[in-house]
Amino acid sequence: MSNSDLRITRNVHRGAPIRFQFDGCGVDAYEGESVAAALWASGIRALPAGDGDGPPVRALFCAMGVCQQCTVSVDGVRVEACRTTVRAGLDVRSRP
Amino acid sequence: MSASPHAGPAGSCDVAVLGAGPAGAAAAIEASALGLRVALLDEQPIAGGQVYRAVPGIAPVRADRDRAEGDRLRSTVADANIERHFCHRVWHVERVDDEWRVHALGPEGPRTVHAAALIVATGAQERHVPFAGWERPGVIGLAAATVLIKAQRILPGRNVVVAGVGPLLLVVAKAIIEGGGRVAAIVDANARGDWFAHARDLVSRPDLVARGIGWIRTMRSHGVPMLHGHILRTVDGDTRSLRAVAAPIGRDGHPHAEVASTELLCDAVCCGFGLMPATDVTRLAGAAHAFDPARGGWHVIVDADQRCDLPGLYAAGDGAGVTGAAAAPLQGRIAASAVARDLGRMDANARGARGKKRGSVRAARFGTAMTQLASVGDGAIASIPADVIVCQCERLSRRVLDGAIDDGCATINDLKSATRCGMGPCGGRLCEDTAARLIAIRTGRTRTDIGQATGRPPLRPVDLDALAGTFDYDALPMPVPSPL
Repeated sequence: MSNSDLRITRNVHRGAPIRFQFDGCGVDAYEGESVAAALWASGIRALPAGDGDGPPVRALFCAMGVCQQCTVSVDGVRVEACRTTVRAGLDVRSRP
Repeated sequence: MSASPHAGPAGSCDVAVLGAGPAGAAAAIEASALGLRVALLDEQPIAGGQVYRAVPGIAPVRADRDRAEGDRLRSTVADANIERHFCHRVWHVERVDDEWRVHALGPEGPRTVHAAALIVATGAQERHVPFAGWERPGVIGLAAATVLIKAQRILPGRNVVVAGVGPLLLVVAKAIIEGGGRVAAIVDANARGDWFAHARDLVSRPDLVARGIGWIRTMRSHGVPMLHGHILRTVDGDTRSLRAVAAPIGRDGHPHAEVASTELLCDAVCCGFGLMPATDVTRLAGAAHAFDPARGGWHVIVDADQRCDLPGLYAAGDGAGVTGAAAAPLQGRIAASAVARDLGRMDANARGARGKKRGSVRAARFGTAMTQLASVGDGAIASIPADVIVCQCERLSRRVLDGAIDDGCATINDLKSATRCGMGPCGGRLCEDTAARLIAIRTGRTRTDIGQATGRPPLRPVDLDALAGTFDYDALPMPVPSPL
């Protein structure tokens, strides 16, 4: 994983490294992480606006299922990225 | 009623507990120990709530105090005779035929729990005060930052502005530094001396005060600028490098014109203005609520036994008024004892209840002082510029809301019908408090008169396909057409 990612390296045991797809691009993550946290750690903080127009929306704001701003499509189902655990090969898309 | 655990039809229990944080977990454990059949529901994969939030698979090498406390709570929940429904999102509660029905959506699909009693322990949610650019990617909540750092072990940024009010500022700043990040500045709406005003209540927990003083020392030794009596006014810049502008405010929250603003360069902003009770479930149930700033705002009304004004409904923890993680488990146990007594399963004069109540009142004193320290004056709301977005879901600016208020919107429900404020996916959780304060400022009405938004299902957005499940069209009952 790159040195520029935001994962804390001190005092942590992580799960196995895995890779999932976000809008067709591979994103590295560790088992146990939420999709939103994995995107954030890799520097992905914005999703394109849902209506395709207007400013981008956030890929994370409350991190606890309240704000709904991180809603993405995971394997075709609309879910909150912050309440979805990453799995190897997951197909995450910013739009349905 | 049967006294043996796990008797009765599937999906039916004596008490359903919503939320497996400190209050709900304690309530479920106590109720189970009292011989009640308990169902515990939470939308997270494991117990702990927000304060002891953790995720399976990520663990610190050395557990800190909160982690150790959370791990203890999780193992007690796992060992107790409790029907556990984690990863379940409750989308509706209703009272039908003298029982509570809790409708939830879990990994295996929809589930309805039938319960004689319902303990709501849904905790608190963060309050936000809008500023120009608070909707930008890179701006997150203080509570979100604690989830990222504590549970996921991920930094909010390499160089972070931590802004808002209340004890979470120091919690987040210290966690960023410990995680190897830099804190660009702490922007605290409280003036430096505001803490002394509550010193009498704070000394009830010398351990926590000592912890706070230690955190301030950490900030000093790392040279973190602390801007007391300041509030964020603007965040702009591109996706990677943000510019935050902090402006000085007076005790009433109004900006000080004579003191210059401070510009801070950073890569992320964490902001939050204290906690508010999550009242969505109790509002939907139709229980009576009251507005009390010392308890975080609107909260469900409970008696000394945590009973709400509806039969079989109880509330414990921050959802019944923000009193903190120390009071929450005591309230949870008091609620569980009350359920047992009300269901005729425990002697009304059983020992222990009085001691728990005294402990709960003492613990709540510290929490209430903290809640009062985590608030800003009306001036901070009154001075929000007209084009700042207040309702992010519907992209409504203050100007639009003020216009509707001037046109006669006098309650939060009026404003909702007139503008759609609070009708987006977040259900008003991010904007309702600000919108209500704007009505109060412009009309002079009290928050009690302005009210809360009427609770309606679904409590959170749920996938309709998942709720409906799979069915055959032939199985749908079709009325036989009447002969012409």
